[in-house]
Amino acid sequence: MKILVTAKRVEDAESKIRVNPQGTGIVPEGLKYKINPFDEIAVEEGLRLVAKHGGEVVVVSIGGKEVQEQLRHALAMGAHKAVWVNHAGALDQLAIAALLAKVVEAEKPDLAILGKQSIDDDQNQVGQYLAEFLGWGQATFASKVESLESDAEKGKHPGVMLSADGKAVVVVREVDNGLATVECQMPAVVTTDLRLNLPRYASLPGIMKAKSKPIQELTPAGLGVDVTPKVVIQKMVPPPARKAGIKVPDVATLVDKLKNEAKVV
Amino acid sequence: MPVVLIVAEQQPDGNLRKATLNALTAGKQLAERTGAELHVAVLAKDASGLAAELKGHGAKVVHAASSPVFEHYLAETFAPAVAELAQSLGATFVGGASTAMGKDLLPRVAARLKAAMATDVLGFEGSGADVVYARPMWAGNVVAHVKLTTPVQVFTVRPTEFPAAPTGGAEAEVRPFTPKTEPVKTRFIDFKEVKSARPQLTEASVVVAGGRGTKGDFKEIEALADVLGAAVGASRAVCDAGWVPNDLQVGQTGKVVAPKLYIAAGISGAIQHLAGMKGSKTIVAINKDPEAPIFQVADYGLVADLFKVLPELRQALQSK
Repeated sequence: MKILVTAKRVEDAESKIRVNPQGTGIVPEGLKYKINPFDEIAVEEGLRLVAKHGGEVVVVSIGGKEVQEQLRHALAMGAHKAVWVNHAGALDQLAIAALLAKVVEAEKPDLAILGKQSIDDDQNQVGQYLAEFLGWGQATFASKVESLESDAEKGKHPGVMLSADGKAVVVVREVDNGLATVECQMPAVVTTDLRLNLPRYASLPGIMKAKSKPIQELTPAGLGVDVTPKVVIQKMVPPPARKAGIKVPDVATLVDKLKNEAKVV
Repeated sequence: MPVVLIVAEQQPDGNLRKATLNALTAGKQLAERTGAELHVAVLAKDASGLAAELKGHGAKVVHAASSPVFEHYLAETFAPAVAELAQSLGATFVGGASTAMGKDLLPRVAARLKAAMATDVLGFEGSGADVVYARPMWAGNVVAHVKLTTPVQVFTVRPTEFPAAPTGGAEAEVRPFTPKTEPVKTRFIDFKEVKSARPQLTEASVVVAGGRGTKGDFKEIEALADVLGAAVGASRAVCDAGWVPNDLQVGQTGKVVAPKLYIAAGISGAIQHLAGMKGSKTIVAINKDPEAPIFQVADYGLVADLFKVLPELRQALQSK
């Protein structure tokens, strides 16, 4: 089987994110960049499915030349080839999904696995847009029953698995108040939630091998996609500042403050 | 007259999800600003009960689709139905609550309507029909003011940022609708409810969270949570250590919460964690280390051993 996964470049979750004084973006100093954590889970799930059922994992990233770092990371984890859509400017979710739809049409994967959201935009839209654009089924927020079941049951119910006939994918979805299981005929779009798996580290041989794996370069113009943003960020502001807090000496004072000042208990 | 269409949500137990009422308030704000009518759509196996419940909450029209197709929520069955209704009404805004369903459904609706979308809206800026959405990026470290330039605009709102739409005023007209249905490629298999006496982490008005300082012993955290009717949360370090299930993780890659009261015990306050809880109205931090970064966001800080003060706090609150 062929699985397409995504690898967006985002600021590391441990980076301190601050709006710049002009409100046009974030302060770039001191930022580290990584593959979007949810995408890393998508790469891992793709690799696990291919290890079990055979096939290949194609990783896609969209952005300037720096995103090749994230593609190399996914290749070092074990992805077989990479597609880089070279575009340096702003992109919204409509454009990203339209670009991915074109890559999917060319690559013809059985499954597209994407992070449920990227930790910069936090929009949580691209997988769903992509599924609709392609007319495919969607299973968002793929998760695992890890915290709920015994080890034996866990083994029987991985978050994403193929149906007995290999034509559908069965996905356990993390939803409000519980877990919903759905079956999508393939090809389908799956988006990953945090609990689906724990991504592997890239091994040293993996990193060496990744250097010789191919990265195919595409452009929005070449794919025939107009990427003019329809989601236009006018400005960015810091979140409402928290008023300076106080230290309280003991529990009695704390309870008094909670009752009479904050009025929350 | 233009229409703002809000999509209602039914819980697996058949009741209306409360977040729908918060989304209705957001819809009402938009309708008033843009001179539009507020409509609400409800899709269910039998939508009559929910429609009756919804008609007293300020909408002009409740569109109710009853069909066995809608017994279990699937984006592939709901999205075409909502999009078809929105088109037939000429709706210019389509929205709902940022629940698991809202986040799964509305982007697919937006795709069908060739619409741009804003997720997790915190409030509306701009004036009149010039709607600017305030929404969080980087887990709330940034609030972006966003314009959607497509003819139809789609959004989900963060329920905690809008009050629930009250009852009262004129009753809505209930209009049944029968969307076209097509065969879909996804099949619902089952739903397993995670049974917990505690409220959902993302919906709770009080959260008690524990970090590395608990050394994995969550008994006092849980006991305090139960006294307060609170949800239990945890830092990433605690989840990574396997001390508590991953779904309790509060933080940028876990759950983003904004309760009325957040009590962080034994949590140092890594950026990752702060991103997930900084939006809380009141934050209490209990930590032995007076230099812990959590104190920088806390309204009330108590430098103490959590094992000593949590029982005291519980007893004090129990006897209130």
